[in-house]
Amino acid sequence: MSHLLAPIFEPGFFDSTTVQTAVLVGAVVALVAAAVGVFTVMRGQSFAGEALGDIGTTGGSGAFLIGVGPLWGFVAISVVAAAAMEMIGVQRARGRDLATGIVLSAALGLAALFLNLDATYHDTTGATVTILFGSMFAIASSTVPVMVLLSLIVLAIVAVLYRPLLLSSVSGELAAARGIPVRLVGALYLLALALSVALAAMTIGTILSTALLIGPAATALRLTKRPGAAMLVAGLIGVGATWLGIVLAYDSYDWPPIHRGWPVSFFVVTIIFGLYLLAGVPELWRTRRRRPAAHLSGETLTAGGR
Amino acid sequence: MFSGFMVNAWTEATIVAVVAGVVGFFTVLRGSAFVAHAVPNGSFAGAAGASLLGINTIVGLGVFSLFGALGIGVLGRRGRHDVVTALALVFMLGLGALFVSMSVENEPEIYSLLFGEVLGISNTEIGPTAALAVVCVAAVVVLYRPLMLSSVLAEAGEARGVSSFRMELCFLVVVALATTMTVPVVGTLLIFSLMIGAPAAARSFTDRPAHAIVLSVAIALVTVWAAIAISYTTNRPVGFFVATISALSYTLGRGWAAWRRSRTTQLAGDTAEAAGAGT
Repeated sequence: MSHLLAPIFEPGFFDSTTVQTAVLVGAVVALVAAAVGVFTVMRGQSFAGEALGDIGTTGGSGAFLIGVGPLWGFVAISVVAAAAMEMIGVQRARGRDLATGIVLSAALGLAALFLNLDATYHDTTGATVTILFGSMFAIASSTVPVMVLLSLIVLAIVAVLYRPLLLSSVSGELAAARGIPVRLVGALYLLALALSVALAAMTIGTILSTALLIGPAATALRLTKRPGAAMLVAGLIGVGATWLGIVLAYDSYDWPPIHRGWPVSFFVVTIIFGLYLLAGVPELWRTRRRRPAAHLSGETLTAGGR
Repeated sequence: MFSGFMVNAWTEATIVAVVAGVVGFFTVLRGSAFVAHAVPNGSFAGAAGASLLGINTIVGLGVFSLFGALGIGVLGRRGRHDVVTALALVFMLGLGALFVSMSVENEPEIYSLLFGEVLGISNTEIGPTAALAVVCVAAVVVLYRPLMLSSVLAEAGEARGVSSFRMELCFLVVVALATTMTVPVVGTLLIFSLMIGAPAAARSFTDRPAHAIVLSVAIALVTVWAAIAISYTTNRPVGFFVATISALSYTLGRGWAAWRRSRTTQLAGDTAEAAGAGT
């Protein structure tokens, strides 16, 4: 058996504690991101997810500056930023994008300053790249319990909010008519989003964290219209992509041109993007065959996805 | 502050501010904040790839921002627009991560790509930037009416024979061009503040499109000039000051709009909303 697998798994893959940590944390984070991501895609808040991820850069570099672990920086800043977005006004779609953008750009400005200060005072190298693009093989094993705990909190929020969140995501008016506190549900959901983005930032980096959040969920929603099933499929895709990425990155230490290993994040993101494109093929094929109905089926798909 | 290499910085930043102000107006009008974030950000991969291959950064930026923008436009027609934008962006950034890991580029180089290095602009870079700026502004002038129509009333535009898909593609190409020329100045992450902050602030002060464009350019100019001056004296990154001043001007604009609204309408509900929006 081990002979058969030798070409895939380089020697030492299963013995390395670094790899074990990466495999465990990667899977947990992928599951959480998938659960939250389905709602993010349905609510059309990809930009908010992306922005919260990017804003994590500020937290990560700030944490570096004062000498605490990056996870705390990610968590603190994304929760604060989510609250700011909520207060500026996330209700109206167009104003929401603008509010997101303003918060994002202000935070990135701070990130620029923090990274500059990091370089000045700590004389370190690699902070920018580590924070932005992640380093799954550099997760300290001491942060693992905290990450698992945060993941459980996010999953609990999603589980408790499941029904009201689903209804208010599909139709805010309907949810309000049924007496659901739409604003509160939205705010709690934003908190879950902020936490899961912070977790994803630990594994594949701040500016790539959206990949885990949006990619598997969007792919799953192309395959099935039922939210529960979509979460399951998204979780599978997320975990699969993360694990495959880890294996490939481990193998890539022998690859040209530099024999230094290709980044895990690159593999994960590429696999996720490829799967999303692939999942669009069946639909493309259907609309090609029924040309006159093409517009119509596109409409129903969007309506179903909302 | 006004000698030698600094002259280049002032010239370049002025060109960038004009273009960001003009293009940014349409970005805000169309609600395309996400695309305006994604295209420049994704083009980082192009810059990293160019430095890996040893070719001009502008070429890498141009190729990636153009392909990124067109990819988002074409794929977005079929899937959810925001989802496609996010995924195209992270894919490009993933490539960027790969290029960065392969290149022997040191940290400051990457930092300056992401956050800009306006103070390190050479004489030779001003020519291409100016040329691209002229192309950008000319494209907006030529497309002004149809672009305006399809941004405000897409249906009416369609009825008049203005395809909103084609307008979207044109707009994306203009954003890509603006990206290519602005990235070396304010970096991939912060162009966005110029393209969003200034026009959004301008729109709070006036409802007339032409006035808003002029005002947006003016605010963008003041922003970059002030940012460079402060950055020069404090020796801190220019991007930080650009972003902070942009956010401040937006807050001022929102505050002004809220104040005017609360004066003209005495409705209690409106006042409450405006006060909430102003914070």
